[in-house]
Amino acid sequence: NSELFTLTYGALVTQLCKDYENDEDVNKQLDKMGYNIGVRLIEDFLARSNVGRCHDFRETADVISKIAFKMYLGITPSITNWSPGGDEFSLILENNPLVDFVELPDNHSSLIYSNLLCGVLRGALEMVQMAVDVKFVQDTLKGDSVTEIRMKFIRRIEDNLPAGEE
Amino acid sequence: MADEALFLLLHNEMVAGLYRAAEQGEGENGRCTTKLESMGFRVGQGLIERFTKDTARFKDELDIMKFICKDFWTTVFKKQIDNLRTNHQGIYVLQDNKFRLLTQISAGKQYLEHAPKYLAFTCGLIRGGLSNLGIKSIVTAEVSSMPACK
Repeated sequence: NSELFTLTYGALVTQLCKDYENDEDVNKQLDKMGYNIGVRLIEDFLARSNVGRCHDFRETADVISKIAFKMYLGITPSITNWSPGGDEFSLILENNPLVDFVELPDNHSSLIYSNLLCGVLRGALEMVQMAVDVKFVQDTLKGDSVTEIRMKFIRRIEDNLPAGEE
Repeated sequence: MADEALFLLLHNEMVAGLYRAAEQGEGENGRCTTKLESMGFRVGQGLIERFTKDTARFKDELDIMKFICKDFWTTVFKKQIDNLRTNHQGIYVLQDNKFRLLTQISAGKQYLEHAPKYLAFTCGLIRGGLSNLGIKSIVTAEVSSMPACK
């Protein structure tokens, strides 16, 4: 039931805002928690969806929006704004289930409410050997018409053997 | 429709995150459990409002407890409470033999001392739900062997 998740997430953000005085710390904490969730979520995702390895970033983008988002949040964001090098794109969410029932009060204008999502995406992709940078560029909570997440491919993570082994 | 796995992961991460923060800085263990419980309380209040929008009025306390055991528990944990007992004097024991939030942790007595952390949120959930239905309550949990709990 998505309301359970939405409400729990809301309670979490509220609690974090109480614990940390400034929005930046809350954002960082959300990102860290999201990262921890993401590294585990990817296993669950791969087990359920049975998708094979993605050959390039475009395929990754498709899998994220059409399969992963649909599976976990019930929405299919659209993919736009590809950079000329094919290493950056935007996910546009018409509606963000995390922010159902949510309004940002004025004294938290720099809070990135859904920052957990950035951490999740980052953590999950790191487990499949992709280092990415994820951030929100538009947010309906701040008055924008859609929520936009920008994802940038940084590099492929090579499996590093521990020093001394060959 | 958010997947159950997502909620499970979020919940576990919340427990872990709060305790991590407590270790590093201020606050003793007791405060973490209280925070988790109060988060559950808020969520429980909200959830019960959404669920009971269209249902009929409850006849009495027992009816409310049955609702919690069947519909509420099913919506949240995808299964019903296995056993409900009462002394008809205000004490109710809900037993779940395969509590969803504990199944991934252990199947027996290992890690028993960590179990209460994972139950705090759910206790709050029940307390919040009951509170919005007009019942003031105290909810505690007991685990003797995972994943069953009362």
